[in-house]
Amino acid sequence: MSTATVAHHEEHHDHPTGIMRWLTTTNHKDIGTMYLTFSLIMFFVGGSMILGIRAELFKPGLQLMNPEFFNQLIGVHALIMIFAALMPAATGFANWMIPLQIGAPDMALPRLNNWGFWLLPPSAILLTLPFTLAMFGIGDGALATGWTFYPPLSVQGGIGVDFAIFAVHLLGISSVMGSINIIVTLFNMRAPGMTLMKMPMFAWGWLITAFLLVATIPVLAGAVTMLLTDRHFGTHFFNAAGGGDPIMFQHLFWFFGHPEVYILLLPVWGFIPQILETFSRKPMYGYKAQVYSLWAIGALAVVVWAHHFFTAGMPVPALLYFMYSTMAISLPLAVLFFCWIKTMWKGSMSFETPMLFAVGWIILFGIGGLTGLVLADVAADAQYHNSYFVVAHFHYTLFAGGIMGIMAGTYYWLPKMTGHMYSETLGKLHFWLTAISFNLTFIPQFFLGLAGMPRRIPDYALQFAEFNMISSIAAFVLGFSQLLFVYNIVSCARGGKKATDQVWEGAKGLEWTLPSPPPYHSFTEQPIIK
Amino acid sequence: MATHSNNQYYVPHGSIYPAILSAGLLSLASGFIFSVATDKSKDLAYLQTPGKWMMYLGTAIILFMVFKWMGTVITESITGKYRKWEDKSFRVGMIVFICSELAFFAAFFGALFYMRVLSVPDLAAFDPLFTPYKDFLGTWPSAGPGGMVLGVEYKPGLLQPMAAWGLPAINTMLLLTSGATITWAHWALIKNNRKQLIIGMALTVALGIAFLICQGMEYHHAYTEMGLTLGSGAYGATFFMLTGFHGFHVTLGTIMLIVILIRCMKGHFTPEHHFGFEGVAWYWHFVDVVWLGLFIFVYWL
Repeated sequence: MSTATVAHHEEHHDHPTGIMRWLTTTNHKDIGTMYLTFSLIMFFVGGSMILGIRAELFKPGLQLMNPEFFNQLIGVHALIMIFAALMPAATGFANWMIPLQIGAPDMALPRLNNWGFWLLPPSAILLTLPFTLAMFGIGDGALATGWTFYPPLSVQGGIGVDFAIFAVHLLGISSVMGSINIIVTLFNMRAPGMTLMKMPMFAWGWLITAFLLVATIPVLAGAVTMLLTDRHFGTHFFNAAGGGDPIMFQHLFWFFGHPEVYILLLPVWGFIPQILETFSRKPMYGYKAQVYSLWAIGALAVVVWAHHFFTAGMPVPALLYFMYSTMAISLPLAVLFFCWIKTMWKGSMSFETPMLFAVGWIILFGIGGLTGLVLADVAADAQYHNSYFVVAHFHYTLFAGGIMGIMAGTYYWLPKMTGHMYSETLGKLHFWLTAISFNLTFIPQFFLGLAGMPRRIPDYALQFAEFNMISSIAAFVLGFSQLLFVYNIVSCARGGKKATDQVWEGAKGLEWTLPSPPPYHSFTEQPIIK
Repeated sequence: MATHSNNQYYVPHGSIYPAILSAGLLSLASGFIFSVATDKSKDLAYLQTPGKWMMYLGTAIILFMVFKWMGTVITESITGKYRKWEDKSFRVGMIVFICSELAFFAAFFGALFYMRVLSVPDLAAFDPLFTPYKDFLGTWPSAGPGGMVLGVEYKPGLLQPMAAWGLPAINTMLLLTSGATITWAHWALIKNNRKQLIIGMALTVALGIAFLICQGMEYHHAYTEMGLTLGSGAYGATFFMLTGFHGFHVTLGTIMLIVILIRCMKGHFTPEHHFGFEGVAWYWHFVDVVWLGLFIFVYWL
């Protein structure tokens, strides 16, 4: 891959400054920066909620809060982390990097892109406002159903459920608009000569993510709309008295909810191989195999949803179908794992912070994947279901597989985005603190789950006390070590050693041919890919 | 460095409309929540009036911002900012958007099939010794076996299904004809025959409005004479939600058609350059296709 011409124009300073720059911007880098900043802020909002939970669970008995508030914190923590921290982070990278990686002047639909971001702050307000209103005596706080909105509890619940329903609607519109933009950009804005099979892996990951979002987010919107009409307009979608069924909600919800897992992970599976090839200084292994595996996982993602509620009741053939189809996902995923490992094999590796995160990510995400295989087994799931085993499992996939992947990407691209090198010492310290305290938080939860501790309960039996204590202490270390991350990012944005254009010795791809930071308008003339 | 201006993608200037539009949505959503808060706790009844005003404000902001935003895009279009490259972006974007709309309807069709095939027959299939639903037959259409709903006794009334071969068949004909007239108008646009274009568009708008009037009559008939309401169990919920959301999309489509008709009369479109027309035509066909699904699965079978 080489670039024939890369135009570096003098910046056009015809865009407004100050707050108006950010409110009105149509520039993909500005919008990407807003997404990433929003994501970081919400990461701390959601994180502080769960530290409240861990403080309550530090010892048995009810210490700090009543069970209703405990449930509210859990549900809003999950919604914020999934919809307001992880998804915007991936979208932020997409906005920043996809036009640079495919040699485009900008995203294809810039105003729509701006709207996609500006739907997020209203949604965050809707998610957190019920807490504030409750302080003034209006309503009884946020939704207390967990993030899954299961009826009948969500039909009975107070004003917080309505707020969450509309937050999900706005977040959904934002995701669909973002996906439309990314699909259009990838189909219409690639540099001449960049065929689909020459696209960077990150672009592939996002293309499939966007398809999944377009197919499933509207189904979630439909499901919560039915919830809304059941709550306020007398329909009986989820009530047996009218011929409906609360389990139908679980089907509709998880038809979205399972692909959502891959929506969170596919962008990460896109850029992790790029990080691995950069720091192994050899080309990515099995590009085609990886692309086909991503497609296979994307296709399987929409046909396995019911493994999230095996215990809710289903005919045996359905149980078997959902078990086998779920386990089939491990085949393409195993292909990806082998490709990632083979990319590093016999490479001349160096371990800068992004590479540390990427390698740690492979191991920890591997644990998340393998424990998922256990949960997919219908017979075994009866024991594990709704226990802390599940909590530990999906934090290995979503914190290690999602957030730590995003951190790898952040360190990888931060010098490109800011034009400065971050502090490698602090970065490494951040990695080790995160990796160790993450394991100390969640390994005990595997054991708690195996021993039978249920999730979403503020009190527990005495036998679980030690593991919970370890988990709580480690969770606080994990939470506070993220301040290092913020410090590193902020100081990197404000100054530091100048980054070169290529930044990393082994970095390949169009984004590394531009200066660091790239000019306001990146490719005014498209490069030609040979 | 020389730039080839014909190779440059048009990146539009910034705009405040999307951000204000989002604020309008926030106002509409929270206003709605406040206005119905009394459903769940009576002591929140005082929120009803401010909630309603927030909804009006939000709706006004949304309508105004969409109007301004689309106005900007139309201005950009007729001043020649969009060429082949930008045009393709709009086309792909519109196709993906319509796919997402199909997924939204799929959720409600899914609910219909689930209730009709699984949950309603299941409720009638309990062991007769232990069933709480003794006389429930589980046939379709069903308003359910009855029971407690949110602490209130729900007794399903006698349920008449909406017959397919009355108004719904007329509505099918209206929409299918409108699909033909908009295609006829499109041919005229390509042949640069303005008179036929405007007649075709006007006919399409008229057929859309006629459809909406028929649906209004049908709803009126259902509520006042048939006792079929949103609260009529599984059948009532799926019937009104599916046809209601479809009707909402027809309303949006008709408004868009009217805008396009006005733009046709102003001569905004050329035989080569008329994405605005085609995008709305695609949307109209999508509404048409969803109606066929409704006619078959909700009314007919």
